[in-house]
Amino acid sequence: MQADTSSDLPSKGFLRSALDAMLVPFLAILTAVVLGGIIIAVVRGNPFLAYYGLIQGSFGSAKALSETAVWATPYIFAGLAVALAFKGGLFNIGAEGQLALGATVSALIGYALPDWLGFDLPAIIHLPLTILVGVAGGAFWAAIVGFLKAYTGGHEVINTIMMNYIALNTISYLLNGPMKDRDPNNVIARTPLIAESARMPEIFEGLRVHWGFVLALLTAFVIWWLLNKTTLGFEIRMVGANPDAAKYAGINVKRTIIVTMTLSGLLAGMAGALEVTGLNFRHELGFSIGYGFDAIAIALLGKSHPLGVVLASILFAAMRNGATRMQFLTQLPVDLISVLQALILLFVAADAIIRYLYGIKTKGERVVLTRGWGG
Amino acid sequence: MTNKEVVLEAKGITKRFPGVLANDKVDFDLHKGEIHALLGENGAGKSTLMNVLYGLYKADAGEVRVEGKIMELHSPKDAIKHGIGMVHQHFMLIPVFTVTENIMLGAETDHRAASNENPLVKLDRREVAQKVRDLSHQYGLDVDPEAIVGDLPVGIQQRVEIVKALYRKANILILDEPTAVLTPQEAEDLFRIMHELTAQGVSIIFITHKLKEVLKVADRITVMRSGRVVGTTTPQESTEQSLAEMMVGREVILTVQKGPAKPAETVLTVVDLHVKDMRGLHAVRGVSFEVRAGEVVGIAGVQGNGQTELAEALTGLRHIESGRFFLAGKDLTGKPPRVITEAGLANIPEDRQRHGLVLSYSVADNMMLCDYYQPRFSKGVIIQQNLVDANAARLIKEYDVRTPSAFVATGKLSGGNQQKVIVARELSRPVKLVVASQPTRGLDVGSIEYIHKEIIAMRDRGVAVLLISAELDEIMSLSDRIVVMYRGQIVAEVDRKDATREQLGLWMAGVHETA
Repeated sequence: MQADTSSDLPSKGFLRSALDAMLVPFLAILTAVVLGGIIIAVVRGNPFLAYYGLIQGSFGSAKALSETAVWATPYIFAGLAVALAFKGGLFNIGAEGQLALGATVSALIGYALPDWLGFDLPAIIHLPLTILVGVAGGAFWAAIVGFLKAYTGGHEVINTIMMNYIALNTISYLLNGPMKDRDPNNVIARTPLIAESARMPEIFEGLRVHWGFVLALLTAFVIWWLLNKTTLGFEIRMVGANPDAAKYAGINVKRTIIVTMTLSGLLAGMAGALEVTGLNFRHELGFSIGYGFDAIAIALLGKSHPLGVVLASILFAAMRNGATRMQFLTQLPVDLISVLQALILLFVAADAIIRYLYGIKTKGERVVLTRGWGG
Repeated sequence: MTNKEVVLEAKGITKRFPGVLANDKVDFDLHKGEIHALLGENGAGKSTLMNVLYGLYKADAGEVRVEGKIMELHSPKDAIKHGIGMVHQHFMLIPVFTVTENIMLGAETDHRAASNENPLVKLDRREVAQKVRDLSHQYGLDVDPEAIVGDLPVGIQQRVEIVKALYRKANILILDEPTAVLTPQEAEDLFRIMHELTAQGVSIIFITHKLKEVLKVADRITVMRSGRVVGTTTPQESTEQSLAEMMVGREVILTVQKGPAKPAETVLTVVDLHVKDMRGLHAVRGVSFEVRAGEVVGIAGVQGNGQTELAEALTGLRHIESGRFFLAGKDLTGKPPRVITEAGLANIPEDRQRHGLVLSYSVADNMMLCDYYQPRFSKGVIIQQNLVDANAARLIKEYDVRTPSAFVATGKLSGGNQQKVIVARELSRPVKLVVASQPTRGLDVGSIEYIHKEIIAMRDRGVAVLLISAELDEIMSLSDRIVVMYRGQIVAEVDRKDATREQLGLWMAGVHETA
């Protein structure tokens, strides 16, 4: 008997388990690309030119690469947030709210703290503090949901959605009111720029890619290590895979649920904090729309494996980033990208289609115990 | 009773599942009015063969003849049409319906087809009830057509299933492990009914893995092993030993080899324990007993008399309403599972897939499920993979777990090997008390033999063992003392030497005055 495709077997190592898990998503992408090409041809476009434009626009130059990395950074963090929760049997739909909250409090510390203190802080203190507060904001927001789940049984899907409403609308109020940029020329709901001491240094002059991207890659590895090599990861995955067995094994299931949710929110908050400190240097209402929701798709496409999440994030980032170039070359609408993304996800979610098309046999009996999906 | 008229014949049945040859050119025949036992371990292909006969599977090759005519079976409906009825191990009854309603269910459409009346009006309960009464009388089944099925004891529910088949004019009955859920007395009743049925011309296929029963009731015995028929014999020509060897394919030690117990100090003390079940009803009502080091105390009882809740309470999985329990002198009442485990408890849980294992985890991971955080496996928060692997390699070898490697998902192993993973993990820790709930349920003879041996080995090493089992044979062969639970209370406690099957059976059924 061959080793199986289940991704809960850490002993197989980082790469091997990732490759096993990525087979279906890879074929799903391939199928979606072919089908997308047919759709382009049907609307009298040139699919080859379109895909050429997409690739050129996302990977064809230093600037294109930089922009793809910029898009990918919040995707990776938010994707990891959702993936980690999946592993723990929780469905975190609230990454959007956690991310926005993280960005907002991060921005607040970034621009207001020197005023409150009455003196300028050195970057070595101000920058980490700004990020940490953002991370804590996201973690706190998600921890509430974890607490409700553990002690009242309130379902995290409902509660994360509700917490999204609370966060997003509160932020909307703050950015239009108390936290609004007081510059007389400003009409947009946004905070003032954060202090220089709260900004991350550039990596390359003239390119927008920031240290957040590097941090994202490192974080992906850390999350993989945490899940597969530590006792905490063992507990998180066990609660996700079989909470009854976890209880039997002496694990505090309630505490683990709260910890999982907190870590998930921490990652989402990180996405927000890095957008503020690395890229935009402020928070603005229009900045984060949809990252947290795309993250669910990314975690699904990446089969909740950290490396899968990184690759899926880069793919989504490339499609978003290359779309403009594609439109320029072919006059095809950018919305086509959404269709393509939807097709990919459809094939990943309904993987029976892919298995049937490519004749992939499910090896032996499939053991599906996770309460969420993607775990 | 047997004459030579063949009512059902299967020839060269072959059924292949991906990677498994479940039935390999199986021949089987059934004479009119006989009880033909089909014996075999789990995975021997008994169920596959029966599912082919009942129209649930389509055979890849071979033919089925009913009274000489080749039969095309596409669904159970076809099988029923040809007079084949099946009583499944898990009853297919709706608890809130009456007996009559359950029996009509699925058969009511036939009436409708006969007339063009409104189908809802045509449900004639009275007519069916009368038919049930007649059948019940004819075969001595004693089934009340007006009773709500959920209120009936398991043994009677099983008879409802039999009536259901007879109502559909079955003259061939397939009984799938019918005694698994019965008390010894209920099983006796069932055997009486089976003989009554065959006397009136019904033919029965009796699927089981219990050797005693086969020798007692069968006219002929067919033994299957790994998809093939090993042979057909009669009770006169065979013994338990010979049948077990046919099933397993090697010599088997059926009676557990054990010396006298040497009980030492008290390890587990339970004092007036009260526990509620999932529905909030009092499942354990004032239970007190002791288990000493070096002895096996068996808790006998029909399932659902509080044993499950008792075991869950002692292992920290269920809230204790009142009373206390002590492990090696330490009061552990209301303590979480981890504290109890660390105090020296090994727990072989009743539901191995729900509680005992994480099926998506590797064998190696499952083998450290309860103490992954201990220095045996982890330095601080970091799990040491080499220690995990070494532990798994050692246990797989020592406990003879049949697995392709330590890294396959545990869900891919057979039931017996899954249980061995649990037994290996629990018994390899330094423990003072083993709580084993239904440790061999659903396992094959080979695994049962092995696990029994391990439990006795633990006892001989001076560990206290609390064995909870619905199998009276298991209780009888392993225990040094036997406690009988009935409706949440201990109704009897005897030394193994003084216990008889009959007396235990009566206690289990709640009959007390003969004590």
